[in-house]
Amino acid sequence: MNQQDGYADDIVKGFVIWSMVWGLVAVLLGVFISFQIAFPQLNFPPYLTYGRLRPIHTNAGIFGWGIGSFMAFFIYITQRLTRTSLWSPALAKAQLWLFNVVIALAAVTLAMGMNRSKEYAELEWPVASLVVVLWVIFAVNIVMTIVKRREEQMYISLWYILATLVGVAVLYLVNNASIPVSLTKSYSAYAGANDANVQWWYGHNAVAMVLTTPPLAIFYYFLPKATGVPIYSHRMGVVAFWSLIFMYLWTGAHHLLWAPVPDWVQTLAMGFSVMLIAPSWAAVFNGYFSMNGQWHQMRENYLVKFLIFGITFYGMQTLQGPSQSIRTFSAFIHFTDWVPGHVHMGTLGWVSLVLFAAIYYTVPRLYHTEVYSIPMANMHFWLVLTGQLIFSITMWIAGVQQAAMLNATNPDGSLHYSFIETLAELYPYWYMRAAGGVIYLAGLLLFLYNIYKTITVGKAQAAVQPA
Amino acid sequence: MIEKKPIIFLLLATATILVGTIITMVLPFRWINDPKLAIASVKPYTPLQLEGRDIYIREGCNNCHTQTVRPLLSDTERYGEYSKSGEFVYDQPFLWGSRRNGPDLARIGGKYPDAWHVKHMKDPRAMVPRSNMPSYAFLDRPLDTSLTEKKMKALKFPYTQADIDALKGKTELDAMVAYMQKVGNDIPWRKTGKAEVLGELKNPFQDNLSVLPEGQKLYAEHCAQCHGLELKGEVGPDLRDMDKPDSKVFATIYSGITEGGMPAFGDTLGKERTWKLVTYLKSVHRK
Repeated sequence: MNQQDGYADDIVKGFVIWSMVWGLVAVLLGVFISFQIAFPQLNFPPYLTYGRLRPIHTNAGIFGWGIGSFMAFFIYITQRLTRTSLWSPALAKAQLWLFNVVIALAAVTLAMGMNRSKEYAELEWPVASLVVVLWVIFAVNIVMTIVKRREEQMYISLWYILATLVGVAVLYLVNNASIPVSLTKSYSAYAGANDANVQWWYGHNAVAMVLTTPPLAIFYYFLPKATGVPIYSHRMGVVAFWSLIFMYLWTGAHHLLWAPVPDWVQTLAMGFSVMLIAPSWAAVFNGYFSMNGQWHQMRENYLVKFLIFGITFYGMQTLQGPSQSIRTFSAFIHFTDWVPGHVHMGTLGWVSLVLFAAIYYTVPRLYHTEVYSIPMANMHFWLVLTGQLIFSITMWIAGVQQAAMLNATNPDGSLHYSFIETLAELYPYWYMRAAGGVIYLAGLLLFLYNIYKTITVGKAQAAVQPA
Repeated sequence: MIEKKPIIFLLLATATILVGTIITMVLPFRWINDPKLAIASVKPYTPLQLEGRDIYIREGCNNCHTQTVRPLLSDTERYGEYSKSGEFVYDQPFLWGSRRNGPDLARIGGKYPDAWHVKHMKDPRAMVPRSNMPSYAFLDRPLDTSLTEKKMKALKFPYTQADIDALKGKTELDAMVAYMQKVGNDIPWRKTGKAEVLGELKNPFQDNLSVLPEGQKLYAEHCAQCHGLELKGEVGPDLRDMDKPDSKVFATIYSGITEGGMPAFGDTLGKERTWKLVTYLKSVHRK
């Protein structure tokens, strides 16, 4: 089922490898900036300050590691589910080049301070325009492959892939509308509260269309592949899909609760966020019920462990997220460390665990070999799990403590603590978070070594006995 | 059915995505920033303030500082009057932020004198001992003004040639301070929100030496940055040999002196701690 079938798999290898490189960059930077928060002397202006590095961390993580591997698996999955080779391998090759150029340019320009300031849409207009070209090339290739497919029925994963392609396009184009002043400077086309509302419509739906639908596409494909049994309910998948992509787009303003945007927009966002629990948990149950009679595989099959823990974190994420969207709870924890704790459960727990599984599954097959070391993969699992839990739990506690201190009042109604008094209490938590990051990094390095060895062993075997 | 027709599927998915998008993102343009909600006293940025704002964006200050005061006690008591949408009509992009690794800055304008900001940017921990803010001493370098006019035109902000000429010799730090002093200061909230102290004020801790250690600690945390650890004065005046009555000292700390750049501490300290501070201040004399 590989090159022999005419599938364009070399390009998948390219995207997998480069996404891992950018993933390493994202985690290294993440660990570094977590130390900067705890030890401000580690800021080296002008280029290596927290303010400039944090956007590089998020961009490398979401776009380099996330989008990079989604591109790999969209190309891999689409060919197999349509039983058709990629529409244009040459275009995909250009896409890989452009992808790496864009991410490298993003890192360099952000370090130089060329920054639109809008979260996850920081790139200045020339780089953002390249992202648009990149996405169009990618979308055309995938859609055309699906159009000329040989398998009539489109499996759930393909729906999520199609939704991702249009969703990201709409979001990115609208939120990046700019008034250019020079090649390196532009201003947002929208002002004040309008700009805020557009940004968080984008920001939260980047979570939907980048950090939810692509990993779900990958999960729905690789869980049955790993366990050998089909997904529990196709119908539940249908209902969950349409309600998910319908409801997500109403929820952006839950990032703006108590901010000066219209009350009704905030209320709609709050209501729809809570309703989103249903389609999110439909996917979780679909995963769990698919394991009926197969739970022993959690012990025996390391891939299943990554996938089921991944979907479990997705489930926890989609309970925690809606609760944070409720005005009273938001009033308490918004702007505190609670939120980075929440985000990293989603990115390190859900998205990355699923991607690790997909890479462990595909790389040995792409290189016609076995995975180099399963014990090492298990060790990798426990390290990233521990690192992530230390990170998230520490930040939740820190967030609640700071929120409680910020809200504490004296008998006469005045505040009990100044801001800096609440901040000074956070240092111990920041040391712990940095330690959690180092453990996660250790797990990631083990993973990279395991994949590297798998590839080199595969290549060596291929050289000895040509197929 | 549609799972066999990819193009129809794609169109349907797009339509599904657009429903929420149109209602919660496109439609609000009709109401947000409506001219009827404009606040007359809110003015566009001057060239120097705009350059300062661009440095704020370049350095990613918005990664740690928010610029929205929510209508919640812990926000309004700590930072000031809650934010109104009319205050942000000239903000392209908006800079409300999403995380407070540092305090909210929506009402920073006019809170401290310029000299405080300069010292704080150069060495944050000299002014706020346990702060984790990076040092921005490098901003003390000439301001690049090559794009200033184009920027003002792009945003359709009014300016005169004199404004542009005045940028000569300014540093990036000057621009940043000018921006900081403008943020949130266009509406007259300090005057309306100020607590007036009425009636006779009597220090409950007069001659009570046991509160001196706490008073000294409060002084180190809240006052020493501007008046010096030994009260000799620096950004603010020398406080040794204070001869004003206790009630006057209390009123100054509690409500601040807007014109003099002395912030109000009543909201963060409360009455009791302010009195302890007064008691400590009155106990210190030149040796």
